[in-house]
This record gives sequence, structure tokens and C-alpha cells, in this order.
Amino acid sequence: MTSPRPLLSLQGLSKTFGSSRVLNQFDMTIYDGEFFTLLGPSGCGKTTILNMIAGLETSDTGSILLDGQDITGIPAEQRPVNTVFQSYALFPHMTVFDNVAFGLRMAKVAKAEIPARVREALEMVKLNHLADRKPAQLSGGQQQRVAIARAVVNRPKLLLLDESLSALDYKLRQQMQIELKRLQRQLGITFIYVTHDQEEALSMSDRVVVMNNGRVQQLGSPREIYENPANLFVARFIGEINQLRGEVVSVESDHTYEVKVEGLQWQLQANHNFTPGTKVHVLLRPEDLRITYIDEDHKDQFLTGTVVERSYKGSTLDSLIRLESGIELTTSEFFNEDDPSFDYRPNQKVAVNWVPGWEVVLPVLQEDDQ
Amino acid sequence: MIRIFKWGYLSLILALIYLPIAVLIVNSFNAAKYGNKWGGFSLQWYQKLFNNDALIEAALNSLTVSIVAASVATVIGTLAAVALHRYDFKGKGLLSSMVFVAMLTPEIVMAIALLIVFITLGISLGFVSLVIAHITFCLPFVIIAVYSRIKDFDMRMLSAAKDLGANELRTFWEVILPLILPAVLSGWLLSFTLSLDDVIVSAFVTGPSYEILPLKVYSMVKVGVSPEVNAISTLLLGISLVLVVVSQLLIKKDH
Ligand SMILES: Nc1ncnc2c1ncn2[C@@H]1O[C@H](COP(=O)(O)OP(=O)(O)OP(=O)(O)O)[C@@H](O)[C@H]1O
Ligand SMILES: [Mg+2]
Repeated sequence: MTSPRPLLSLQGLSKTFGSSRVLNQFDMTIYDGEFFTLLGPSGCGKTTILNMIAGLETSDTGSILLDGQDITGIPAEQRPVNTVFQSYALFPHMTVFDNVAFGLRMAKVAKAEIPARVREALEMVKLNHLADRKPAQLSGGQQQRVAIARAVVNRPKLLLLDESLSALDYKLRQQMQIELKRLQRQLGITFIYVTHDQEEALSMSDRVVVMNNGRVQQLGSPREIYENPANLFVARFIGEINQLRGEVVSVESDHTYEVKVEGLQWQLQANHNFTPGTKVHVLLRPEDLRITYIDEDHKDQFLTGTVVERSYKGSTLDSLIRLESGIELTTSEFFNEDDPSFDYRPNQKVAVNWVPGWEVVLPVLQEDDQ
Repeated sequence: MIRIFKWGYLSLILALIYLPIAVLIVNSFNAAKYGNKWGGFSLQWYQKLFNNDALIEAALNSLTVSIVAASVATVIGTLAAVALHRYDFKGKGLLSSMVFVAMLTPEIVMAIALLIVFITLGISLGFVSLVIAHITFCLPFVIIAVYSRIKDFDMRMLSAAKDLGANELRTFWEVILPLILPAVLSGWLLSFTLSLDDVIVSAFVTGPSYEILPLKVYSMVKVGVSPEVNAISTLLLGISLVLVVVSQLLIKKDH
């Protein structure tokens, strides 16, 4: 693999709307050809960042470099960047075809070349048969696909997508995800993608940045973010997670600690440096937990609890277990018809543990208390 | 019982509004010179009307003033509405409330004010002063018609145009104008009708060299309602009706 070349670099961007600070000294580098995702709760500043990159919003401080060139002062219409807007923003008086052709006409692409390029873009979003319709005659999902075609057809260096698949049903969404990834590889376009949907972010992205309140919480590959969340916010935001409290008893070796959780001692792995007596969070994904029958001989190796609820989720079977301390854990197991352990009934007492090393241990911070 | 009352009441109101107009129209086709008895159907008053050179000239003058004033007011008003919507500047709020004030100013006040301006600037009273005056009182109506359309715009559509490489001018031509066109046209039609039948302002700001229809009719009526006046009124009514229907159709098509 060749070393990645930076395409876009955001340096110290800040933005204040009225009295609320939306972005605070935001820095980010995006590499050529990568699929980069901004993930974060509503109102955390994702759209604001995209608008700044597109040139539709000015920043109070900081600069934006594209291909090493400072584009901070360049107007939107001259930036080789296109956006798929969160609200679609199609032109209501134009047909689907004319909507898609708009950017090509503005760029003065040869007239003879336009129809073929528009057809090609519409083909990609599977809307060729609706080329003569007006946006008002399309469903939300179809409008969203027109918005994608309208941006992609210009073959920008950088494509910004703001929750661009959110209006599609599950199947179409998966098709479009594959289609977008294919496009990205084929045309070598760099994607900056915004989504609320963490599953989508994890499956499509090369790198993900998790944001909250205009600040970076964690930047990394989907795997790093899922398996090694840097803080409690990231852990909770990405996927479901169970949260237990513990206290470090002793340091075994580098990054291995003896920790007391729910009255039992466990040997746990952590990326942090702890001293004995430190209070910690022990975080466990539902799929990392295992339920078994209670084995009286090894009682000190398991948490014990009562099954509260079992629910069938297609490929997995989810359970809610109430521990003796009152804390509830969610577990998720792959469905296996031949496995007798699937016989647990509500109110049955069971033992719970997890695959050693799959836990995430984070220090307890003051701001963690909800 | 209630139904009869309801229908009777409605008919009475409609009669109050339309009976005088109906009498006028009928009389324009009445062969008898005095409108109190029916002398048979005739087009003689229309014929007389078209032979009355002074009246025809006044009508042509009126049309010229109205078309020019409505067109200029529409262009200026549309650009003003777009600017009011798109750009933030100091005094924007004040400016937009001034538009309403201008619309509600009593005509007589506006007439006197304009007259003073023309005299001060030494503009001779005639075609030019008439057109300027008519543009002035039509402008607020155009601005409001266009602005109320444009304010419902999804602003992000304009961002999208920009994002796709359209500069301000092309965004206006390709996106804004097509979408506000119905409002622009109905603004023009409204201006045209307002201008065509204006009496008060025109009476103040025109001179003897340039006669326009409403004033001419007014002076004719002072000597007594001649059947020719009925004929020209019927024609004006016809034109207004057509324009109203057209503007309603434009607005309907819009929704
Ligand atoms: N033009 C504006 N004027 C005032 N406040 C604004 C403006 N645009 C955005 N904001 C505020 O800035 C914050 C960030 O907005 P932004 O649209 O970037 O959020 P987002 O992360 O895209 O959210 P969502 O996921 O809901 O789309 C929000 O609190 C929003 O209310
Ligand atoms: Mg947003």
C-alpha cells in the first residue's frame, strides 16, 4: 500500500452561531480516495463542517486546504467539491434529467456529452426510467437518489454526503451503500460521509471520526472505534454496551489488572495506566457476553443473575439479565437451533461471563456521571 | 325557511354589487339615448366611441403609460424582493416595513408629494411624470407579490445551485426566476390594472398636453353620462376581467 496523500486539511476551524459555539478549533486531515465518515449526535456540527468544506458557510477562524491549496476564500461555485444535501434541495421546476444535468451545464461540458453522462449517473441510482419526472412526483427515497446522481455526475474531487441514505429502505440502502463504495473505487472520488447510523458508518468507512459538541471524541478505523472506544461517550454512541463499575485491586503487568467487579475479582486488560484503588468502568458488548447454567463449583468465575426477558431478533437471540446487584445486562447470542443453552426461560437463574480480553476498561471521570 | 333567507340575503348582496354594473353594460348596448327605457339592441355607441379621436388617443396614452409603468415597476420590484430575501444588510427590517407603509399611504398624500417632487426637480408634467408616479405606487405591490413567493423558498436549493457551479447571475436566471415567474407576472398584471384606472394621482401629476382615459372619462361624465362612456367602461371591464382570470390561472398553476 502506498502511503496516503492528504487531500483535504481542516485547520483550527471555529464557528459560533449567536452565543452557541458549534465548532471549537476543529482539525482534521482527509486522505485522497478514502471514505471518511463523520459520526455524532444531532446538532453536533456535522452539517456545519460539510458546509464549510463546500464553501456554503464561512468559519470564524481557521483555514481549509484542498490539495495543498488554501481554498478558504474561494466561493462555493469554484470549488471542485459537490454536496448531497440532507434535505435533497432538488430544483422543483426541473425534471430529474435537468436536475442531474445542471452541474454539467454550469461547467460548460460539451452539449453532446451531457445526455450520456446524465444517463450514466441515473443508471447508477437506478432511476433512468423516471428521468422525465419532476421532483414532486418522486418518493423521498427517489429524491435522495436524484440528489446523489446530481452530485456524482460532476465527478468532483471530493463528494460530501449528508445523511444521504437515511430515507431509503433497508434493502435499497444496502444496494446504494455497495454502489457508493463501487463508485468511490472506480472514480477515485474521496467521500466525506455524515450519518447518525453507526452501523452504516462502521460498514462503509475507511476511517470514522466520532464527534460531540463540535469536538473530536475519537478518530480511527471502524474497528478501533468499536473495539477500543477512547471514552464513555464513544462507547455508548457506537453500538449497545453494558456498563459495570469496578475498582482496580492490583497491577499484574503492563495493561493487565486485577479488578473487583460485582464482588468478584477478574483479570482484565486495559489500554490505560491504573493504580490500585482506581475506580473504573468495565464495558461489555452484548455479543461478548456468554450465558451458561450455574455451575456451583466455579461460582467465583461467573456473575449470577435472573433472566428477565428473551427476544428473538432474527439471526440473534437477545436476553436481558438482572444481576443480583440489580444491574441489568443485555446479551446477544447467535441463534443456534441445536444448542440446548437456548432453553433459558424468564425467571431462570443463570451465570454470565465474557471472553477474557474483550472487555473495555476506562477510568471513571467526573463528567461521566449522567 | 332559513334556506330561503340565506339565498335571499346572498342575492341581495350580489344585486347591490353587480346591479349598477349590469345596468351600465346593458345601457352600452341600448339604442335609446337615455338609459331609463330600452330602445333595442345597438352597437352605435361603440361605433361612436371609435370615431371619437380624442377618446381613442386618451385610451392609447393610458395603455402606453400602464404598460411602461407596470413593466418598469415589475423589474425593479422583483430585483428588490430578491435582494430583500437574499442579502442581509443594515436597515433591512426598516426597508421592508416601509414597503407596507408606501402601500397604505392615502393616494391623495402620495399625489401631492409626487407633485411637489416634480415641481422641485423641474420635471414637466406629462408622460414622464405620469410614468414615474405610476411606477411609484405600483412598486410596493410587486415587491410584496414576489417576496411572499420567494420567502417560502428552500434556501438550500440556492446553496445547491451554488455548489453545482452556478454564480449569482446564473442562479437567478436558472433557479430563482423560473420559480417566481408566476408571482412576477401577477405582479405585472396587478400593476397594469392599478395604473390603468388610476384617477387621483394622475389628476395631480399630468399636464394638459397628455390626456389619459380615466381623466378624460371623468371630465366627460361631469357634463352628463353619455352612452359612449358606458361603452368604454364596458370595454375596460372586459380587459380587467381577462387580466384577473389570467392572474388567477397563473397563481393556481403555481400550487
Ligand atoms: N444558520 C444557523 N444559525 C444558528 N444556529 C445554527 C445554524 N446552523 C446550525 N446551527 C446550530 O449549530 C449546531 C450544529 O448544527 P449542524 O447542522 O451542523 O448539526 P448536525 O450535526 O448536522 O445535526 P443533524 O445530525 O441533526 O443534522 C446546532 O445546534 C444548530 O442549531
Ligand atoms: Mg446535519
